[in-house]
Amino acid sequence: MLFDFASALIFMLVAAAFVGVNLVISRLLQPRNPTPGKEATYECGELPVGSGWIQFNIRFYVIALIFIIFDVEIVFLFPWAVVFKSLGLFAFVEMAVFIGILLVGLAYVWRKGDLEWDKPQTGKYSREAAPAYFEEASSSSLSYEKLESGNEVAV
Amino acid sequence: MQELIASILAGENFLSDVPPVLITVVFMSAAGLLFASLAAINALIAVYLERKVSAHMQDRLGPMEVGPHGTLQTLADAVKLLLKEDIVPQNADRFLHTLAPFLVFAAAIGALVALPYSSAFLFANFDIGVLFVISITSLTVIAIIIAGWASNNKWSLLGGMRSAAQIVSYEIPTALALLVIIMQVGSLNFQQIATAQTGWFWHWHVFQFFPFNLIAFLIFFVASLAEVNRTPFDLPEAESELVAGFMTEYSGFKWAVFMLSEYANMIVVTGVGAAVFLGAHQSPFGNFMNGGVWGVFWFVGKAYGLVLVQIWLRWTLPRLRVDQLMYTSWKVLTPFAFACIFAVGLWMIL
Repeated sequence: MLFDFASALIFMLVAAAFVGVNLVISRLLQPRNPTPGKEATYECGELPVGSGWIQFNIRFYVIALIFIIFDVEIVFLFPWAVVFKSLGLFAFVEMAVFIGILLVGLAYVWRKGDLEWDKPQTGKYSREAAPAYFEEASSSSLSYEKLESGNEVAV
Repeated sequence: MQELIASILAGENFLSDVPPVLITVVFMSAAGLLFASLAAINALIAVYLERKVSAHMQDRLGPMEVGPHGTLQTLADAVKLLLKEDIVPQNADRFLHTLAPFLVFAAAIGALVALPYSSAFLFANFDIGVLFVISITSLTVIAIIIAGWASNNKWSLLGGMRSAAQIVSYEIPTALALLVIIMQVGSLNFQQIATAQTGWFWHWHVFQFFPFNLIAFLIFFVASLAEVNRTPFDLPEAESELVAGFMTEYSGFKWAVFMLSEYANMIVVTGVGAAVFLGAHQSPFGNFMNGGVWGVFWFVGKAYGLVLVQIWLRWTLPRLRVDQLMYTSWKVLTPFAFACIFAVGLWMIL
């Protein structure tokens, strides 16, 4: 058992080393010619608006919560499934009760509409208020002048 | 593999003065290097396959210039990527930006180690094999979030978050579908799961307990597509919305590592599918061409067969919307997987 885990660890370390060695080889071979324009954050050719670390949809958080609940459930299910054959009916009923309670939870989330992925209808980030929000956020650290002078240096 | 090292240690040779632990570590490192190179070669072959299959499905020729029928095209691409400038944006978190490719590749190799390539040719034979693979592949999510966050780019961040949400959502049906089989075998060990499917192909798990195992296999396959961000679940890389998702700010060899890991992960999920549902390294025809090196042939063949289905689906189906994605996972696959577990449990008791 220890041998198996040790070999898996060694394989993962060797894989990381493989990436590292190749990155070093790439670093030795590649051209290095950085310009401000090249090193700017990519935003489809426009100057980046504000930071890249923006607020994103709260739905991701809800999904993470549902996931944690079900993942813990699955951790319980794995040992149960391994010994299920030898335990028989008792284990089946016990697990049916356990899963049943969690399925009530899933039904509740479903009914509440938290499994939907829709836009918020009201508030600061609703569709109507969006233009005002984007005006507020448009304070850029880069300017066209900086980029142009950078390109002149490169040429 | 353990026996092979033991036999090397037992023999009287020039190695007898070296501590056994050192020999083992050196041996496993060499095997690991071989494995990493094989993962790279696998990516070359799979990318070539993908291009050719897609081309022929669309009545095109695909790559034809480099080598006979374009076979060396992907190798040329790999060399090109090695020579490309590695651009890290000014505002990015440099350390995390570099860390993410290491983590994603290590996770892919870590999962590949545990697969049952044959009955003898094994690097790691875990008693908890299935659980190990599921947990190691979860590292990929962390690497993707790191990549998305460290780039300090809106596309990267949104792509990373989408990818994470998608992978964790589909981890539930994947694990539940595997549990259906684990209940029947009573073990998480890949070798024991393989042994339980000995014989002709109708002994494979996918054809047992009809139709529940078949449904479980379909659930597993659909969910595994989402796990590796393949079409129709490639929203994290939806180029019309998110440029390239979490890989937007990656270039040169770092980008190549992400592609490499993506194709390695395709082999991981199809390998798990082949091992658990399609008889692992067993021949489909009883004792015909069974055992030994043939195990590797059958296992890799089954895994690549499933990869071909993945490629086929990519060029057939359009991409889902993000709300359809959540719908499929939580309202279709998860309830059906639970129903399968319940039905198989009831069947086994009665």
